[in-house]
Amino acid sequence: MKSFNYHSAKDSKEASKLSSSNSAFLAGGMTTIPSMKLGLASYKDIIDIKGIKKLSGIKVSGKSVIIGATTKHVEVANSKDVKKAIPSLALLAEGIGDPQVRNRGTIGGSIANNDPSADYPSACVALDAIVHTNERKIEASKFFKGMFETALKKGELIEAIEFKVPEKSSYQKHPNPASRYAVVGVYVAKHKNGTIVAVTGAKPCVYNDKDLSKALDSNFSANSISGMKLKSSDMNSDIHASAEYRANLVVIQAKKAVEAC
Amino acid sequence: MTEITLDVNGKKIKKTVPDNTLLSTFLREHLNLTGTHVGCDTSQCGACVVHVNGESLKSCTTLAADIGNAKVTTIEGLEKNGKMHPMQEAFKKMHGLQCGFCTPGMVMSAIDLLKKNKNPSDNEIRDWLEGNICRCTGYQNIVAAVKEASSKM
Repeated sequence: MKSFNYHSAKDSKEASKLSSSNSAFLAGGMTTIPSMKLGLASYKDIIDIKGIKKLSGIKVSGKSVIIGATTKHVEVANSKDVKKAIPSLALLAEGIGDPQVRNRGTIGGSIANNDPSADYPSACVALDAIVHTNERKIEASKFFKGMFETALKKGELIEAIEFKVPEKSSYQKHPNPASRYAVVGVYVAKHKNGTIVAVTGAKPCVYNDKDLSKALDSNFSANSISGMKLKSSDMNSDIHASAEYRANLVVIQAKKAVEAC
Repeated sequence: MTEITLDVNGKKIKKTVPDNTLLSTFLREHLNLTGTHVGCDTSQCGACVVHVNGESLKSCTTLAADIGNAKVTTIEGLEKNGKMHPMQEAFKKMHGLQCGFCTPGMVMSAIDLLKKNKNPSDNEIRDWLEGNICRCTGYQNIVAAVKEASSKM
């Protein structure tokens, strides 16, 4: 790993001030550190944000669940409040990586990285989340821009993610048996004003499948989407699954999610 | 350079190391605690699992600098007065190791499991050991060893 200067920031202001075009924020480091070790990324300055107390913790009200950016997956998975308000969100956190990754990895880190197969981005889209940064509030539908790309500007720091509590919801993923990343993951959430079907793993970036959402809006049942054929031309294709396979898997996982709602 | 202050296996440690020093490197190369193994070096195999403030984590994916003042326990810190930890005894008794490379990580991870779940089922043990890979594929006896330890701890 190339050398860098390690800084531990006391608050968001200091973290932002320390940042430059050649720096990265460090939370759990579950992607940042392996990327640096493999030489895929290098930075002059690493700004540790784990010491910023304000960025960690879970707040639940009737309508929303607000999770601080440096809250670890294990904390979300074990939170009684999250389990009660949005059980599917706690279950999603419990299915990320392995116990040691969940002991370290954070929600803010996951969404800032926006891996095409990560779990949390689908939760943000399905639960119509608002990403709170040190500068502004960004709707999830506008936050995830593309493969490993978000609306965050240089030096902009995620502080918390605000999820809307749906009427019912479920996340169903088909995990890669080795990495546990989603080959395809589908998060179905039925809100008062409509259903969102967020899909991860299928395309270069998480997206709301409008065809599935529309069908479920008129009839919220697995039958209503059974046998639907999705366009596969813009889906991911690799040694694990072809685009056609993924297109079919999205419908299968969506059906499972609706049944589990 | 960063000054690292840690409690490792009950000993206070203070050392100045480069900022990019991984916890696994710090333990192995600066403290000569080579029981913590480095296998894949990409945080998948779990041979490097240690406890930091009682929680298991992968030391090859953690900077020594960013766990400031923590209490670290490695495989070397488990024995008490020359007596093996019950988990180590169980791995010995049930033949839970073949080449032994993954064993330190398996043992540290399994101890963390039993702290959270005193009486895990086979499935719960397998699920928990997701992040620990044994390339001898000796999983049956590893699960049996964790079961055996759960009856003793």
